[in-house]
Amino acid sequence: MQPGALAKALKSGAIWGFILLELIFFSVAGEFLSLSDKAFMDWENMLLLLKQSAPIGIIAMGMTIVMVNGNIDLSVGATFAIAAIVLLDSMTWPIFAGLGDWVIPVAWLLALMAGALLGALNGLIVWKTGVDAFIVTLGSMLGYRGIVFMFNGENPTSHLNWTLVDFAEAQFLGLHTATWFLLGVTFAIWFLMTRTVHGRNAYAIGDNREAAVNAGIRVGPHMMVNFAIIGFLAALSAVVFYSESGSVNPNDGQLYELWVITAVVLGGTKITGGAGNVIGTFGGVVAIQLLRKGLGHIGADTSTVNLVIGLILIAVLFLDKQLNVKGKEELKI
Amino acid sequence: MTHPVLRLENIVKTFPGVRALDGVSFSVLPGEVHALMGENGAGKSTLMKVLGGIYQPDSGNILMGEDKAVMSGPLDAKSKGIVFIHQELSLAEELSVAENIYLGELPRKSLGRVDWAKLSEQTNAILEKLNVGFDAKTRVGDLSIANQQMVEIARALTVNAKAVIFDEPTASLTDAEKVVLFDVISDLKNEGVGIIYISHRMEEIFKITDRITVLRDGQYQGTVNTAETDEEAVTQLMIGRKLDLTRNASHHELGDVALEVRGLSCGKLYQDVSFELRRGEVLGFYGLVGAGRTEIAETLFGLRDPSAGQILLDGEEVRIHSPADAIAKGISLVPEDRKGQGLVLEMNCRDNMTLPQVDDLKAGPFVAEGAEVAIFDQYRDQLDIRTPGWKQKAGNLSGGNQQKIVIGKWLSMHPNVLIVDEPTRGIDVGSKSEIHKLLRKLAAQGYAVIVISSEMPEVLHVSDRIIAMYSGRIMRTFTSDEVNEDNLIQAISGLGSNEAA
Amino acid sequence: MAALSKAQIGPILAKQGILIAFAVFMIAFTIASPKFLSVDNVFSVVRSSAILGVMALGVTFVVISGNLDLSVGSMMSFSTIVVLDLHDKIGPFLAIPAMFAMTLALGAIIGFLVGYLRLNSLIVTLGMLSAIHGLTLTYSGGQNMDIADKEGTWFSVFGQGTALGIPVPILIFAALAAFLGLVLGKTAFGRKIYAVGGNDTAATFSGVRRARTVFNCYLISAACVATAGLIQASRSLGSQNTVGQGLELEVLAAVILGGASLLGGSGTIFKTVIGVLILGFIQNGLLLLGLQFYVQFVVTWVIIILAVWLDIAAKRGKLWSPIA
Repeated sequence: MQPGALAKALKSGAIWGFILLELIFFSVAGEFLSLSDKAFMDWENMLLLLKQSAPIGIIAMGMTIVMVNGNIDLSVGATFAIAAIVLLDSMTWPIFAGLGDWVIPVAWLLALMAGALLGALNGLIVWKTGVDAFIVTLGSMLGYRGIVFMFNGENPTSHLNWTLVDFAEAQFLGLHTATWFLLGVTFAIWFLMTRTVHGRNAYAIGDNREAAVNAGIRVGPHMMVNFAIIGFLAALSAVVFYSESGSVNPNDGQLYELWVITAVVLGGTKITGGAGNVIGTFGGVVAIQLLRKGLGHIGADTSTVNLVIGLILIAVLFLDKQLNVKGKEELKI
Repeated sequence: MTHPVLRLENIVKTFPGVRALDGVSFSVLPGEVHALMGENGAGKSTLMKVLGGIYQPDSGNILMGEDKAVMSGPLDAKSKGIVFIHQELSLAEELSVAENIYLGELPRKSLGRVDWAKLSEQTNAILEKLNVGFDAKTRVGDLSIANQQMVEIARALTVNAKAVIFDEPTASLTDAEKVVLFDVISDLKNEGVGIIYISHRMEEIFKITDRITVLRDGQYQGTVNTAETDEEAVTQLMIGRKLDLTRNASHHELGDVALEVRGLSCGKLYQDVSFELRRGEVLGFYGLVGAGRTEIAETLFGLRDPSAGQILLDGEEVRIHSPADAIAKGISLVPEDRKGQGLVLEMNCRDNMTLPQVDDLKAGPFVAEGAEVAIFDQYRDQLDIRTPGWKQKAGNLSGGNQQKIVIGKWLSMHPNVLIVDEPTRGIDVGSKSEIHKLLRKLAAQGYAVIVISSEMPEVLHVSDRIIAMYSGRIMRTFTSDEVNEDNLIQAISGLGSNEAA
Repeated sequence: MAALSKAQIGPILAKQGILIAFAVFMIAFTIASPKFLSVDNVFSVVRSSAILGVMALGVTFVVISGNLDLSVGSMMSFSTIVVLDLHDKIGPFLAIPAMFAMTLALGAIIGFLVGYLRLNSLIVTLGMLSAIHGLTLTYSGGQNMDIADKEGTWFSVFGQGTALGIPVPILIFAALAAFLGLVLGKTAFGRKIYAVGGNDTAATFSGVRRARTVFNCYLISAACVATAGLIQASRSLGSQNTVGQGLELEVLAAVILGGASLLGGSGTIFKTVIGVLILGFIQNGLLLLGLQFYVQFVVTWVIIILAVWLDIAAKRGKLWSPIA
């Protein structure tokens, strides 16, 4: 049990140790390399970091529960874009013209419903056809992106509502609106996964699906709910982001799925399901954003970020394998 | 007279080509530990699958108390009070003990929250009864196998269990853990639960059971009171009053020593194993599952690194690093798990058979498919493999024919040492005797053969010498003159340890 | 005439479903638009599918071996940028082999991680997607890469040339498909790929060196990516850093559409070519019908799900999944 316990401790603490390492490294390196006089660990800078983590972070929380379930969702980027278009476009619809600023909650609701429905559709297909979630969402990643283009061709969809922008740019108790949403979602999914029957069943299904089925858990509807959740969160991420920016390109959200999965895996969620937690994912999201910001701070360009994140992802996988290394007696397969 | 909690009457279950259960009857009284015994393939697990609702019987009845019951599936069986403690644990490791025990029926509060207080309370009440050293909040992945088994048992106690089935529960337990398990079983018994206890281990059977029912080849052989019988009588029932399988010592001259193993050990799996194998000889390895037999074969085949000892082929010491290496040195292994290790089920028969030598069968840059077909045809005829043609997917064949494909695969390599692990597991009776004849024939042709088997008649039938193993050690090496069912069973049960070589 | 029973239709659909779908599409489009099957149009479809197709050939090897490769898109960007850069620095004669060597080195890294270290291929290639993208940006300094003398180089032959009246990209795609089809279908190496993908334990128990086989599949995939990069570079003689972005999933879609199972062990080069052509012809056909290019995304979505669904439905003998 000793090596196993050590491995576990390392794994659960690894992401926070890594974040600490990043903070120290960029603070020290920043002293020598940074062009600005501002310290890296500046309060404003850290607040901004949390805000910028929000779009990926909100989706990553949903991806955590989907991956703990033993599934994956590649379509979140496209769902993100659809929700953004629904949000911005619906505010200009003539039927809502009389609502004034009350159009905002209506638009939000429509966007969130669109996301949840698209997610649920993925889940329904996975449930009813038995096709692997990877393939189902690979397909809908293309399909949903097609729907995005159908709205407005290759043109951006724009609508600025200043009340909305004010709301999005507001700070409450020092934190930005987007940060509050990230924290709220993190708490909600943490609550769902650690405190509710649904959340505990998610682990059981990902860990030992047959046992879950034998215990009478209805696996199909359960998975569909989780896909609806991630769809909803992809939409929420769009709602938070585009309330401020007010303009969406049809290619927006591309590669989000990859960033999100990277964050979730860095946070310790097992790709085969059954293990992972939201706090770890939060760490993964912050670690990635910190890396982006930190590398920028010391003057490395964005290209280095991609390189480093890719290598770290592989390194994490490698270390995980080494920590779980089988004994010498094991079969060499 | 007490009424049985559970009764199976004249259960018949057939699969294509096999009559797995042929009119089996069986009953459990409340507060009774009833052993179900039989060789592998005797029908025990089929019977239990019928009881658990995984198979529906072709005919026959299941009665719970006075009433006929139909088990539509595992959940249904559980709701009727029939609970299985499987050899393969079905737990979610990331979840706590309590969550596993109440999987699928966690108590709820508002907002879909788990009612942790209630859950802990219920769980701890059960755990207290079991007198275990962990609590409701422990993560199951952190428990030992024995304690995980306790979790499964605790799960059984949450339903109003009428009958609990233990399937080889002690396979991976230490002696101390066994004592705890037996205490739990005796508590269950005192509460009036009927217990079906499936095991090969005579020692345990005689220690804890009240009655013993024996199956052989899917047929009911009889039920005896444990107190009124002995190991020999039960063994007789299991293998048949008259052995239809005669002994088969070689009548031909044995050749040189093809393989010699000296003091071979692999960590905790097996220790200090030494033996010789001559050409023309069939050396049987007999022992319980987990005795280390398969692990020795895997070491010889380059799948495990030995921690000590030497392997000599034709008198020369060798190191075997991988199966490819083993094959190059003339060692072949017909593995125990035919579907998992022996065949690529999606691939056709011919390609499966020639896979180890596909690099050597060349026509220019390509595989010489004509030569492959020729090899397939040769071994199809020689082994009498029944298939519509080589294009048939291996997964579509019957178990016996699949096994012959695997054997053909290795015969076509003309190995110096042929290791066959569980040659007839899950194979119908007709194919069994064919494969036995084949193994004898191979020895007569001068092959050096190792046969690993959990079936005593088989190992007695085909072997010239038999090595009996118990918990990683060779207990005794028998020549075919010395061996009989009694001393063999004693040796592999650890009872005959005084006879250790 | 004995009518086909339901039980017989299933397996036929599963086996030939993709060909039947292909035929139905071709007929429907030909009726809808007479231009559809003209030589010019067919050439233009195949030529525009060639880059995707060449990459799909390599990914077919990886998928049959039971793994994934999500890095081919960013690896293709890398090859394109590198060969364009080196073209002006050391000349096309040296630039091409140098680019191939560098791309193969990337493939070898992936092959080592997935084959020898047994790391999860999805995550490894996801990481490599990001890392290679970063590498490309670092290499190019974030700038678009252009050949200085676009008129005077013979380098354009791979993307723009014709031989015997056939566009060179089509010839490369066809030749590579034929060659790799033979490698996969007829050689010992190909046989071992199916064995490893079908049941890697049984393959190991039969003496197949799993790690080496997987490693070689990634090398082949990298070689195909390099070829695709060469065609891309030669066609445009200038490129952005993100030219291959997103292609990895389209490539995978083509391979799956062709009937390869993500579990490994099944699929053929021929079927992948059909999958690539279906994607190409759908795109083209919808355009000829006056529909926007993005309609094909939606159509592809439906087709992929249907293709895989029917395939597994035929295998399990039930249309709907048994998941409770």
